[in-house]
Amino acid sequence: MALVKNNAMIDDPFVDVTGQETIPADGPVIVDLHQWQSHREQLTQRTDPVGVRLRSDQPPELIAGDLESLALVALEFPVFRDGRAYSYARLLRGQYRFDGEIRAVGDVLLEQLHFMERTGFDAFELQSDDPLGDLQVASADFDVWYQPAADGRLSAMQLRHQSD
Amino acid sequence: MYRYDEFDHKLVAERARQFRRQVKRRLSGELTEDQFKPLRLMNGLYMQLHAYMLRVNVPYGSLSSRQLRKFAHIARTYDRDFGHFTTRQNIQFNWIKLEEVPDILEELAEVEVTAIQSSGNCVRNITSDHYAGRARDELADPRVYCELLRQYTILNPEFSYLPRKFKIALTGSPRDRAAVALHDIGLRMHRNEAGEIGFEVLVGGGQGRTPFIAHTIREWLAPEHLLSYVESILRVYNMYGRRDNMHKARIKIIVNQMGIDRYRELVEADWEQIRDSVLKVPQAEVDRINAYFAPPEYECLADIPDELNDVRARIPEFDQWMAANVAEHRIPGYSIVNLSLKAPGMPPGDMTADTMDAVADLADRYSLDEIRVNHRQNLSFVDVRQRDLFTLWKELKLHDLATPNIQSVSDIICCPGLDYCNLANSRSIPVAQDLSRHFVDVDHLALVGDFTINISGCMNACGHHHVGNVGILGVNKRGKEFFQLTLGGSSDENAALGDRLGRALPQDEVPAAVETIVDTYLAMRLDGERFLDTYRRVGIEPFKQAVYSPVQTRAVA
Ligand code: HEM
Ligand code: SF4
Repeated sequence: MALVKNNAMIDDPFVDVTGQETIPADGPVIVDLHQWQSHREQLTQRTDPVGVRLRSDQPPELIAGDLESLALVALEFPVFRDGRAYSYARLLRGQYRFDGEIRAVGDVLLEQLHFMERTGFDAFELQSDDPLGDLQVASADFDVWYQPAADGRLSAMQLRHQSD
Repeated sequence: MYRYDEFDHKLVAERARQFRRQVKRRLSGELTEDQFKPLRLMNGLYMQLHAYMLRVNVPYGSLSSRQLRKFAHIARTYDRDFGHFTTRQNIQFNWIKLEEVPDILEELAEVEVTAIQSSGNCVRNITSDHYAGRARDELADPRVYCELLRQYTILNPEFSYLPRKFKIALTGSPRDRAAVALHDIGLRMHRNEAGEIGFEVLVGGGQGRTPFIAHTIREWLAPEHLLSYVESILRVYNMYGRRDNMHKARIKIIVNQMGIDRYRELVEADWEQIRDSVLKVPQAEVDRINAYFAPPEYECLADIPDELNDVRARIPEFDQWMAANVAEHRIPGYSIVNLSLKAPGMPPGDMTADTMDAVADLADRYSLDEIRVNHRQNLSFVDVRQRDLFTLWKELKLHDLATPNIQSVSDIICCPGLDYCNLANSRSIPVAQDLSRHFVDVDHLALVGDFTINISGCMNACGHHHVGNVGILGVNKRGKEFFQLTLGGSSDENAALGDRLGRALPQDEVPAAVETIVDTYLAMRLDGERFLDTYRRVGIEPFKQAVYSPVQTRAVA
């Protein structure tokens, strides 16, 4: 699976072990919520980074107290039409001030990339033959935005009144 | 009329270009129909029975003559010479080719009109009182706040894949002409105890197969918090709204499942975190939008009741029209004129390209260039000098737009039904046509007074049948079309859902049944009572009796 981060293809340092019975002793891993909750103690002791993968029916509230121990939260799009993770990403960046990686996983497609980026995602497991090309297409669409989001871009309203 | 600034122009152009790319990817097969569907819906493009339908927004119902001329041009160039005004201040074109949509969107962008989010599971066109800014009983013009919400919701990255569609309506008047209690969010201006203007916020109203009147989630909200509060409502809905069943996905379902108190708790908790963020609306932006609405230049005139009464006394037809179709304006010497799109036999809401051009010309000459689209599928001229009323009336008559039937039995709301819609159970338009041909005696219409009939071709309720004084719903029984009547619905400030009258009727019995209902009301009404008042006083029984077991039949049997 192609992983795109900071406008570049990268080799994923994490191993996704979600759903597996045993968790490897070292190396960066992504676990699911159940694994996290049952092995929290051991997992927080590790020196290598740990990420948690949330299903779209698992709001980040469930790991709100643990975010300091996490390097990454992966939010799942079971199908591109399921938009819950956009709100989860915004909560993670806004309310919970999470500054680790927020990774979009699952049914991640070109046409939704721009919204993902705006709501706080910074890494994408893209379903595509040309992920970088897709990213370029998606980010060339707009340079006016009507609302503030998690990406720090100024909204039209903010720009209109910047000099006030 | 709000004018775009450079940001608005740019964004709309960018969106049109983006959609051109999306259509190209669909036509080349890069996108599957499943992937393309939400994208096209977010641009108002439906697949109907025979062709694509394009739904174009008329934000909060305000339209300039230039924009209406553009609609005429679109109808002529890309469609079959007509368009259909809907109940949510949109216009629909029914015979559209996918390949031509990008060009249409670019043409529309030239006149500051879009199809952005006129459909899809996102926030739809923001609707409002069609008399906004002109009504005498208004506290403040709601359109400034409509425009703020329009911008906030367009291409909102967090709320473009909601569980289901989301509709917001605003009113600035105590008299609710925008059906706010039947929207996902309704906003009603009123003063708090300190005398400041703010919004009562309602949530969870809706029609469709499970209709609900909205609950009040907050009694009074300061206007500067409008965007943050709406954001919190949307966020809670986006996270907790049901996605397991399309028919249970609207906010009304989750609000009623968890209860309004729990929903409020979640919203308020989220709102506490963001109420003082950048979402707080600066007064400078309110002022800017107000200025961009460029209030029309009214002449200094006086009301002329005597002169008008003179003409009314001489010409009864003009008198009837004045009584039914003309409303008070907040500026002396001006009136609001409603154009009826419900001449006998006309499909409600339809208008030909030529008539659109004619209406645009009349608006230039008689209405300071401004036209409104209203939720009963009629148009309004909102700035007519009283001294022009008589001339305007004569002109409107030439175009069959002066039937004196606003808010009367033959001013029917009707969805497209089986003539266009692939979800329909029945042909709703012919029922509306039958009824409007049945109730042609304008003296009788005036005698009956306020009376709404709303028709939907299936339980999705696009024709608002739940809230018609008489609601008519098309149902399919063993392959045959029948019509279920409900009584007592209303969408105003005392919104109510109609009650079922009894077994469904075949199409040819509907006009007689409605006539019986009207006659029963006339026989029982007390002085000054509207149908709804009488109905609320006497209940459904007398009407049931009259329609299903009339005395004559029993006597014969
Ligand atoms: C022909 C294409 C159309 C289709 C496929 C369609 C489909 C639907 C569906 C499925 C619903 C039910 C939504 C729900 O309960 O969640 C609905 C509701 C509604 N539609 Fe349509 N519709 C169409 C045309 C129209 C037209 C022409 C109008 C206006 C005249 C309209 C206005 C509405 C309104 C006001 C509602 C109910 C309000 C609410 O959302 O609760 N629709 N439509
Ligand atoms: S009410 Fe039913 S028949 Fe009428 S437009 Fe809506 S979906 Fe179609």
